[in-house]
Amino acid sequence: MNPVLFLATIFVLALLPPGKLRSETWTGPLNQIAKVGLEGTGNVEAAKAWSKLTQQGPEVIVPILEAMEGAGPLARNWMRSAVETVFDNQLNALKDLPSERIKSFFIDRTNEPNARSLAFDLYRRIDADDANEVIPGFIDDPSPSLRREAVAQLINKGQTLLDEDQKNESIKVLRSALDAAREVNQINDIAELLREQLEQKVDLPRQFGFLMYWDLIAPFDNTERGGFDTVYPPEASFDVTGSYPANGDKNVSWQEYSTSDDYGMVDFNQLFSPLKEVVGYAHTEFTSAKARDAQLRLGCKNAWKIWLNGELIFGRDEYHRGIRIDQYILPVELKEGKNTLLVKACQNEQTQDWTVEWQFQLRITDEAGTAILSTDRKTTPEANASTRRRGE
Amino acid sequence: MKTSQIILTALLCSVSAQADWLNFRGPHASGYDAEATGSPKELNEDTLAWKAPLPGRGLGSAITIGDKVFVTAASGPDQKQLHVICFNGADGEPIWERRFWATGRTMAHNKTCVAAPTPASDGERIYAFYSSNDVICLDLEGNLIWLRGLTLDYPNASNSLGMSSSPLVVGNTLVVQVENDSESFAAGIDKLSGINNWKLDRPKTANWTSPTTLNVDGEEIVALQSSEGVLGVVPDTGSQIFNFEDGAATIPSSASVGDSLYIPSSGLTAITVKTDGSETVKHWNESAQRPGTPSPLVINDKVFIINNAGVLNCANRETGERLWRIRLERSDKSGTPVGSFSGSPVAGAEGLIYLFSEAGVGLVIDVSGDEGEIVSEIELGETILSSASLDDGAVYIRSDGHLWKFGK
Repeated sequence: MNPVLFLATIFVLALLPPGKLRSETWTGPLNQIAKVGLEGTGNVEAAKAWSKLTQQGPEVIVPILEAMEGAGPLARNWMRSAVETVFDNQLNALKDLPSERIKSFFIDRTNEPNARSLAFDLYRRIDADDANEVIPGFIDDPSPSLRREAVAQLINKGQTLLDEDQKNESIKVLRSALDAAREVNQINDIAELLREQLEQKVDLPRQFGFLMYWDLIAPFDNTERGGFDTVYPPEASFDVTGSYPANGDKNVSWQEYSTSDDYGMVDFNQLFSPLKEVVGYAHTEFTSAKARDAQLRLGCKNAWKIWLNGELIFGRDEYHRGIRIDQYILPVELKEGKNTLLVKACQNEQTQDWTVEWQFQLRITDEAGTAILSTDRKTTPEANASTRRRGE
Repeated sequence: MKTSQIILTALLCSVSAQADWLNFRGPHASGYDAEATGSPKELNEDTLAWKAPLPGRGLGSAITIGDKVFVTAASGPDQKQLHVICFNGADGEPIWERRFWATGRTMAHNKTCVAAPTPASDGERIYAFYSSNDVICLDLEGNLIWLRGLTLDYPNASNSLGMSSSPLVVGNTLVVQVENDSESFAAGIDKLSGINNWKLDRPKTANWTSPTTLNVDGEEIVALQSSEGVLGVVPDTGSQIFNFEDGAATIPSSASVGDSLYIPSSGLTAITVKTDGSETVKHWNESAQRPGTPSPLVINDKVFIINNAGVLNCANRETGERLWRIRLERSDKSGTPVGSFSGSPVAGAEGLIYLFSEAGVGLVIDVSGDEGEIVSEIELGETILSSASLDDGAVYIRSDGHLWKFGK
């Protein structure tokens, strides 16, 4: 570097306020880490940046947390590891930690949810008693993991009241917990207490936001699993009056179907009897109050594809390895008004008892798992009317 | 540096390397470590060195490097928190822990979990791998070297039952098998940068086996097992060396000795890879020697399998002929079976087999005589689905809740 330029740089740096000077020591590494991409790109540079970050003091903790906003999942992991490493180094050296800044960070709901959850975990290690005091305020928090903490406290409180035979108070607390809960295990635990011990009705499908009313059509051929990639007429265009040649020599047409299952299970076998090596389609509509980001949350143990408004979102050709709520989480954009959903579910040739199922469950939520309900959502079907054919 | 110092340094490095247990089932990922001496002959309160709590579930074994012990775990409601923990082997005190968010799917059958694979090491770095397809490379001090999220790279590469294949470092390459019904592949990843050296499409079938290595004329060859058989590849390039196409199991993995491979295939099948590596020679097949979940183990001239009935079979390694078998029963003479086994047997220089049942019963089996004999038995009181690891004079075993060290 030119000596004059060097001296000028030193002079300018000396005039900067200390905070500004320090910020430059982490800005560059954080920008570098944010560049990590797929298939290992940016790893080598990120490792150098990580090393620079973790050699710094506790002042770097909150800036790294802030940098998680907008970062991809890999970059967030690099940053998380850097934050925890600096934090652990400080803790082991019995040095001061910026506890108030960390607390302010997780209290601020506009910050990135994962970063806030991490900040809360760090704060709990500094001041567990104060962290517990803060938890009830998370009851409507946009961060699922922080909200879980508050819901867990309410579940415990509801259980305690129940144990003390204060049933009305217990119901009130558990209803609050149910309204707040977003995680499947907590919703199930609350529903079980309300239903089985307090004789309360709980509309779980509405709570979760499962789609209960569909039109189904089947069976199309899936011999040797070839149906997964075969484009059958329902994929080309939806026509509720359409009739198409299917397996064998007869035509098939769409049939109305609704499910009363607590977990919104759409079961093709209910309409078409247990079949093997077949493909079925399910179609429904969803009315959104506004254009918005959302998540399709699917559970399916058959091979499947899903389309939103005619656009293929994702597909997977795995059979009978298990099903659970929110097994696949697919980010989508809903448009204002009517949205169409088409699900293709393929049944294979296996004959074991555990391969009979030909079904799926689908709900629409926001990023935190809060159910988004169609503006014209119908009443949840009663349990004894789980299957309806067109005209019944 | 003086010549004597160089020799001494080399000797110390050599001793250290011999003592380390760097991956699932130790040397060649085959379960037998002829250099691991002095393992305790008894597992009991007197030989229990320490017991350390773990922050989450895990099936992966501990690995050891020098005086450090490394374990992975997964915690949280959906096991989305991934942990790598480093313990001091001397006293079981944690030295450091690193945590990450899973970037891939964490769904798994209740019996397994996200931290099912055993981490691998080259002696200088740790490679932690999870059923969520996250791969994490750290140095021995816990500094992050690189990260991969293989589900971000290959979105359909997952198994809804969970995956468990343990990675292996061979030369400059980390070998991973991500084999499932959908986007099924194996990859060789540069161990320093985390970038793919190679990637192979693999049979679209769920596969829980782990790679093993053979040594053919001084060259390391990686054996990738699947339902279709075993593919031998060059670790740095993924180039095919041999292909055994008679089919193989998708749960127990093969065991190797030099250029020989003992494959869970139609029972157990012994093959040798020709010196030019191009073909395999099949020596024997024994349909009665059918491994259950545990992988086979070879100790000198004997090969051992544990079947689904909890019977330990010993066969002649050259011929496959059964020499003896014993039902693994509790020592109280009640005839009660020890139970089912998910973990694989391992053995050190003394030839004692260490094996833990799902019910948490640890066994030491002396197989040096005409018939196997259970010489020690301990109840740990926790479900154990993992395999033991050996270090000089020590045996490590982990559950979802704890890591135990027996021996010195």
